[in-house]
Amino acid sequence: MLNRAKLRNYALPLALLAALAVSLLFVMTALAQDDMPTDDEVNKIAKDLYCPVCESTPLDVCPTEACRQWRELIRQQLAEGKSEEEIKQYFVTYYGARVLSEPPNRLASYLVPALAFLAGAFLLFRGFRMWLKPLAVESAVPTEDAEAFPQDEYIRRMEEELKKRK
Amino acid sequence: MTESTNIAPARKGVPLWVQVIIWVFLAGLLGIVAMGLNRAQQGTIQPGHAVDDFTLPLYSGYEYQGASEVKLSELRGKIVVINFWASWCKPCEQEAAELQSAWEQYEPTGEVVFLGVDYVDTEPQARVYLKKFGITFPNGPDLATRISQYFRIKGVPETYFIDREGVLRYVQVGPFTSLQQIQNIIDPLLSE
Repeated sequence: MLNRAKLRNYALPLALLAALAVSLLFVMTALAQDDMPTDDEVNKIAKDLYCPVCESTPLDVCPTEACRQWRELIRQQLAEGKSEEEIKQYFVTYYGARVLSEPPNRLASYLVPALAFLAGAFLLFRGFRMWLKPLAVESAVPTEDAEAFPQDEYIRRMEEELKKRK
Repeated sequence: MTESTNIAPARKGVPLWVQVIIWVFLAGLLGIVAMGLNRAQQGTIQPGHAVDDFTLPLYSGYEYQGASEVKLSELRGKIVVINFWASWCKPCEQEAAELQSAWEQYEPTGEVVFLGVDYVDTEPQARVYLKKFGITFPNGPDLATRISQYFRIKGVPETYFIDREGVLRYVQVGPFTSLQQIQNIIDPLLSE
């Protein structure tokens, strides 16, 4: 009976302590959640990465389980204080440069396509120009200053023969 | 009456060497595109192909004889079973227990090595998967997907069986459905 009376005395303080502990737990959880990066922060990086499994799908909108795991990995690495570049480098190391939405900033990545385009354009330009204006145009109208233009040996000899026959 | 023919000045074309360079360049580009298309249609590497050497880094706790990475060339003389898997791959779960059973059966012989190649996965999830299925054979990530690109895998799971001479002998696309299925491939290789 004495114990029960004692318990009643402790009941209220114990209940208050328990309530305080639960409240602290909620507060700590809330604080911990505040430290976690938001979806927007994760997607800011994820949109520049592509899922190598489901091709041509940016990581921020990819619905697969693999992509969900990778977004969580980004969140975890952001929480660890890693920078955007460090996270992207991690993904390149693990999954290859093809996960990047833009090729790595290497000279060849830009130079080769640019040179290929210029070479193709130049070739087309020359081709069309030569097609529209043939190399040698024989004029239908004889002119007096024909001698002004260089002629090949065959034409020169032919003209000489014609003159002789006159 | 005099008559003369007017010939327009000969137009100087693109120098031959420039034309050659351009055509070679364009042919090279077309060649690269053709190779890419050809490769895309080829499928996985075929049995009979001598497998090139590669190095697989291993997750801690899943090392091979205490080493943190394993080179295929170091396993010459043994039968090597290379299993591509991922923690997000549901069909991989179907064969996980069978693969582990096979490993437990063949590991004591020292003549067969299983290598798990974790394809485009995250390490924390991979570890959860390995623990869940009690997998103990060497496992590691396929860094930059170099190994899977070499084998030209079309998905996971896929398993490749390499004989003692380093020649690919069998390709399993999709999950194994029984331990017997794995034994039927390894046992003939062991008896050779």
